[in-house]
Amino acid sequence: MGFWTNLFAGLRGLFRKRQGEQELDDELRDFLEKSIAEKMHGGMTREEAQRAARMEMGGVEAVKENVRSASWETHLETLWSDLRFGARLLRFNKVFAGAAILSLALGIGANTAIFQLLDAVRMRTLPVKNPQELARIAIDHRHNVSGDFTSRYSDLTYAMWVEIHAQQQAFSHLFAWSPTKFNMAPSGEVHNVEGLWVSGEFFQTLGLEPALGRLLNAADDTPGCAPGGAVISYSFWQREFAGDRSVLGRALTLSKRPFEIIGVTRADFYGVEVGRNFDVAVPLCTEPAIMGEDSQMKSRSGWWLASMGRLKRGWTMERATAQLQAISPGIFEATLPEDYNPENTKHFLALRLGAFSADSGVSDLRNDYERPLWLLLALAGLVLLIASANLANLLLARASAREKEMGLRMAVGASRGRLIRQLLAESLLLAVIGAALGGLLAHSLSQVLVASLSTQRDPLFVELGADWRVFGFTAGLAVLTCVFFGLAPALRATSVAPGVVLKESSRGSTEGRSRFGLRRILVVSQIALSLTLLVGALLFARSLAKLTSVEIGFRQTGILVTDIDFTTLKLPNERRINFGQELLSRVRAIPGVDNAAIAATVPLSGDEEIHDILPGTAEPLKDENPTAAFNHVSPGFFQTLQTPLQTGRDFNDHDVAGSPLVAIVNETMARKILKTGNPVGTVMRVRRLSKISGPFEIVGLVKDTKYGDMREEPLPIVYLCIEQDPRQDQDSLIAIRSSLPLAELTPAVQAAANSAHPGLDLSFYSYPTMIEEGLLRERLMAKLSGFFGGLAVALAVIGLYGVISYMVARRRNEIGIRMSLGADRRSIIALVLRESLMLLSIGLTIGVALALALSSTASSLLFGLKAYDAATLAMATVMLAAIALAASYLPALRASKLDPMDALRNE
Amino acid sequence: MTDTSATLVQGTLDMLILKTLAPEPLHGWGISQRIQQLSHGVFEVNPGSLFPAFRRLERADLIACEWRTSENNRRAKYYSLTKAGRQKLKSETKEWERQVAAIARILQTAS
Repeated sequence: MGFWTNLFAGLRGLFRKRQGEQELDDELRDFLEKSIAEKMHGGMTREEAQRAARMEMGGVEAVKENVRSASWETHLETLWSDLRFGARLLRFNKVFAGAAILSLALGIGANTAIFQLLDAVRMRTLPVKNPQELARIAIDHRHNVSGDFTSRYSDLTYAMWVEIHAQQQAFSHLFAWSPTKFNMAPSGEVHNVEGLWVSGEFFQTLGLEPALGRLLNAADDTPGCAPGGAVISYSFWQREFAGDRSVLGRALTLSKRPFEIIGVTRADFYGVEVGRNFDVAVPLCTEPAIMGEDSQMKSRSGWWLASMGRLKRGWTMERATAQLQAISPGIFEATLPEDYNPENTKHFLALRLGAFSADSGVSDLRNDYERPLWLLLALAGLVLLIASANLANLLLARASAREKEMGLRMAVGASRGRLIRQLLAESLLLAVIGAALGGLLAHSLSQVLVASLSTQRDPLFVELGADWRVFGFTAGLAVLTCVFFGLAPALRATSVAPGVVLKESSRGSTEGRSRFGLRRILVVSQIALSLTLLVGALLFARSLAKLTSVEIGFRQTGILVTDIDFTTLKLPNERRINFGQELLSRVRAIPGVDNAAIAATVPLSGDEEIHDILPGTAEPLKDENPTAAFNHVSPGFFQTLQTPLQTGRDFNDHDVAGSPLVAIVNETMARKILKTGNPVGTVMRVRRLSKISGPFEIVGLVKDTKYGDMREEPLPIVYLCIEQDPRQDQDSLIAIRSSLPLAELTPAVQAAANSAHPGLDLSFYSYPTMIEEGLLRERLMAKLSGFFGGLAVALAVIGLYGVISYMVARRRNEIGIRMSLGADRRSIIALVLRESLMLLSIGLTIGVALALALSSTASSLLFGLKAYDAATLAMATVMLAAIALAASYLPALRASKLDPMDALRNE
Repeated sequence: MTDTSATLVQGTLDMLILKTLAPEPLHGWGISQRIQQLSHGVFEVNPGSLFPAFRRLERADLIACEWRTSENNRRAKYYSLTKAGRQKLKSETKEWERQVAAIARILQTAS
């Protein structure tokens, strides 16, 4: 009741202001008249009565002010007029306003952009019905498990999925899925799209509706099915078909198999994997038909599926986990891979399933980037802090310039609270404009960030819409910065005794300490913070430099990597080798190709193959055998990569199927496992799962190279001859060294391939680019922290310059007197520089301490450097000191060029 | 305020205004006079706090106002109690009596 009365009365007061004021006037006049009449009745003369009544009332305006302040609409009005007044002041100070808004927009924009990314990959829930009911069904603490892990989310084998689906009780619906790539081109160069294999209840479990047509259902996923219906994503529909509604029923070629488009998902659904967007989803049961010999469905050691379920009403994650654990022994008993040895079997049977909250989906992007993003957010936060300190400094300078105005206004009766509110309104205006611009800036910044993390082989998709969290974050930043940079100056400006300020002469001869202390503190903290940021930037830059100059053991420049996809050729395994040989000889014949070789993989491509080593011919199996990384290569591989052969020989044309088995090892393998400097002639066997092959005679020793990752120590590596080793999983590539530009080389290789076998699927990668992309995270950290560090130093130096110039201006008189008493220019420069040196040394000391305290958080992201790297600290300190001194030398020089007469006369 | 008049206990002004309005509607001057009379001159109410209190009570829907022509044919603003105001007065009075009794008991035992 009271609330509504208040609201309506307030609104009436706002819109019919004149009437309200008139009524208040009338009422007060009436009161005064009655009071006067009463007093005259008591015997006073008219004049006496009027005087007494006025005294009793106090100021009429003061009473009216009190009445007004009892109503909320008045506060709104004062705020509005404060804002208008603030805007007018800012218009008069265009340079100040521009600098302030720009620095705030940059600071808030950078923070919001990074927060937006964090929000998208970490905090946001999947855009599906009741995401909190979703659980990921996976093995709890999986280790010591062997097999082929082929997907980004290799949680389960197909056999396990079948058992889980049959035995679980916790979920009303559940599904299995696996990300894959489909080649959409019917022939010619590969056109890959992001594919999903999904079991029948995928869309039903997620509770999704189609935008067009229908979605896949359980009836589409029957074991042994033929390629049929496919569901495409909204973005794929827009991109490939321009949103054409007649797309339903259209044929779609996926890995050379005919599919038919039966539906389109809604625009906001990108899959269950944060950081990627799917293009096409097909039933799980089509996997054998598409993959042919490479199908993993029948393989009990093929880990390629992930699973999710929707909890039944009343079930919790804990209860679901308990039920899954209860059925685990039976499931793992029933799905034990045939080729496991006793050791593997023991580990496998001990596995237990669990249910894990999956409301925000799954994401490998999250694992890689969550920590760097939080760190970057912290760095961006520091930059914003420095920018705010700069603003506070500028406002403080203005506060001292406005002391007179404030004194005057207080003298005529403005309360201090009122003045503070007005000054804060001005800061709020700056903060809000800055935040609004920053928000706009953030949108493009975060898109640039995502684009810089996305690569040809690994395209990223991050849904970057602004939600309430991002909005709240930006608004919160605006308010926080406003309070931070606005409050201290406002308090300072209004802490004046009106009488004193009005009496004071325009300028004292020396500067008092008290009014200046806060600005010094601000500059000191700016220097300290920017040193911290600079140290961070240098750490990441040096870490990246170390990584890129690390000895990798081969030369990647000038190499084109060509992936050969055999699946669509339907070649049996034993014919693939011959086919590859034929292709290789055609590629070698291309003019301009210096060398070429076939290999299972190239270093740093991300593929890994690890097996047990049994040195000698008859070493018995132990529980723990040494392991080595493997590659399968053709003759000429080391020459192509320019990895030096230390002793022995390369593979040659006599190493073929049926000839004695041979192997080449690297130096670490020789030293650590074979325990010899020259292993040529020694013998070893290899165990893959339960199969032991060999013995292999070692015929050559090559230099160490990197294998999976730039950051790792050299691994023991064994190279087997690809012709002697028909492998199960047979993706191969050709590494081609050539001086030809890529644009000429690629069509030539494609033509050679076409003449060998028309319609062969090839994909091309520049090897240097591929390796560079492996360092994306390091590059991003180095680039962004460098940017933030530079920004921080620039802001801090501007702050220092401002304070020193201000000091010089305030001490003009003093300097003039000193000069006329005989001080020379050098001593004046020293006087000014001493001041800045003092600020600088305090700031740097605090900064070093801060950097030492904070840099340990970055240590896991650094390579080859300790977080407390003395050289980096020294470098940063010297750099910052040099820049800062240069910046304060300018005002010092100006001070020394003062004309003493001029300075003294200008009183 | 003159030296002889006592300052009001914080928060009691609203209650006194409601009480003076209980018998009949009054204008501002009337209310201030009534409070002074009824307290035998102990309380003298300052217009600077009286008028904001009117605005406050009006907004809380405890009193209503209307413009009337007064005895000597002048327009004056008259305040009256609303239903909510009457209830509020009742509950405030009860609470006040309870507190005064309690304080009195404490003062008696202490002496």
